[in-house]
Amino acid sequence: MNLNDTEKAMLAGEMGKARQRAIIQQIQVGDFFDAVDFVPVAQAHIMADTESLGESGVCFLENLANEAEVDNQVCIPTITDPRGADFNTYKQINHDPAYVALEKRADQAFRALGVLMTDTCINYQTVIPPVRGEHLAMGDTGVVIYSNSVFGARTNYEGGPSAVAAALTGRTPRYGFHLDENRHGTRLFQVKEQPKDWSQWGALGGFIGREMGSYYEVPVIEGIDVTPSSDDLKHFGAAMASFGSTALFHMVAITPEAPTVEAVFEGTPPAPHVITAEDVDAFFATYAMDDDALDVVVFAAPQLSLYELERLAKLLKGQTIHSDVALLIATNPENKRAAERMGLDDMITGSGAILMEGVCFYQMHARELGEANDWTRLMTNSAKLVNIISGYGYEPVLSDMERCVQSAIAGRIVR
Amino acid sequence: MRDLIIKGHLGIGPKASGEALVATDNFSARYDLDRIKGIFSRPAHKLFKQGYVGKVLVLNIAKGGVATAWMLHEMASRGMAPAALLLNFANPIIAQGAAFGQVPLIDRFDGDITTMIKTGDQVEVNPATGDVIVTQS
Repeated sequence: MNLNDTEKAMLAGEMGKARQRAIIQQIQVGDFFDAVDFVPVAQAHIMADTESLGESGVCFLENLANEAEVDNQVCIPTITDPRGADFNTYKQINHDPAYVALEKRADQAFRALGVLMTDTCINYQTVIPPVRGEHLAMGDTGVVIYSNSVFGARTNYEGGPSAVAAALTGRTPRYGFHLDENRHGTRLFQVKEQPKDWSQWGALGGFIGREMGSYYEVPVIEGIDVTPSSDDLKHFGAAMASFGSTALFHMVAITPEAPTVEAVFEGTPPAPHVITAEDVDAFFATYAMDDDALDVVVFAAPQLSLYELERLAKLLKGQTIHSDVALLIATNPENKRAAERMGLDDMITGSGAILMEGVCFYQMHARELGEANDWTRLMTNSAKLVNIISGYGYEPVLSDMERCVQSAIAGRIVR
Repeated sequence: MRDLIIKGHLGIGPKASGEALVATDNFSARYDLDRIKGIFSRPAHKLFKQGYVGKVLVLNIAKGGVATAWMLHEMASRGMAPAALLLNFANPIIAQGAAFGQVPLIDRFDGDITTMIKTGDQVEVNPATGDVIVTQS
């Protein structure tokens, strides 16, 4: 890779050992992807829940935090993805205190580095929205695909250690979706049935993601004749990224780099893959069960927006969750405070539901939580969550928000 | 028994060797593995219930989320990592995790790597050159 004077100084150790280690790691990744040089980034977003970090990752952060302050401070605005434990509600869900203690250590280490503890995967809705053309180092697949696709910003998937490195160096190797040539469409999908709710947007995104053959495939979607909301596109993109390792989509006449089908492809567009109502139904059927047993209902992945919380609050107001079932909701600290101010929190928790902040269900030791609470059958409106959670020993069921709430109240799956 | 040399793109991490564990499926450490037991735990995965520790894992592409970047390092710290990863196409997360955890990784081979190596083959991996030497079983 070609290095400028600042980068050469970092590599030589003239800007401290932390930045030297960071740029060595970044050069290895840059060489792997044939990056020619680095590109400065405006923000870093770090995924570092303690389930992923483990003891070794927390020790890595603590060692970094113990270095001289002149060497270890992040040099661009740096924020965090959901954490591995909610310090307020962990007892209600029998979360192992050992994990909570590990989370506290990670939290303190990040603060010592100058990281802003936003603990969110919906920073584009609640912290600051990206700008078209802005280069970023975003550390959550849902954040990456939303930033690239809906805003036209430029970021690759930056895993935790990579986002830490970007935060320390202020740059990232210029490859992948930082480059114009990788942002053209490669596949065309034609949607015949308009998605009607968040679970259907997620299912459509998941269906397309499942069709993707590599990180560099860019699906283009035509045939959407409603204007989706931010939450619609959030579920759509998060599911696509989860199923497909996909970082960018274009939605014709909706997202900024796709004014027309022709504009987004280099050369003649390929023949479209038609997605019918039956295709989406079949996707839901993958996550259906023969019986109606139910242990836990989860609204998360991504964290809920204020509008999603409002919808839930209206559905749960005056209701009581069945004593055999738990209902968990994950949002970020900003929306939790807002929900408290606006009275939504009381409407939700008055039903017996648990409103968690700064976490996401699959990022908080879901396997151990399942074992501690005897949770196997899980119902959700998140297509992203059903994709992830079966590997944790759960039997996931995908349905819409209303049926999920009805089921939590009934204590069994309501179809 | 004969040796086969397969050429990939320059990789990441140190030299390694081990017995191959091969499937045409994709790979994500968070979605697919029970990292405590060292087995594939996702029922839909072709390697479900099979142990991967110390194996040269040969799979199609990297899929799923970002957690693998930390998890390779965490698995290696407990001696529970695969010996190496050979994929048709890595994504940034796997590459970043390999760089952070110093887990050997090569991708972009001359052909479909999941058909060029069989489970049980002995495999030597040299990321610095992109070479994979296979002693077929």
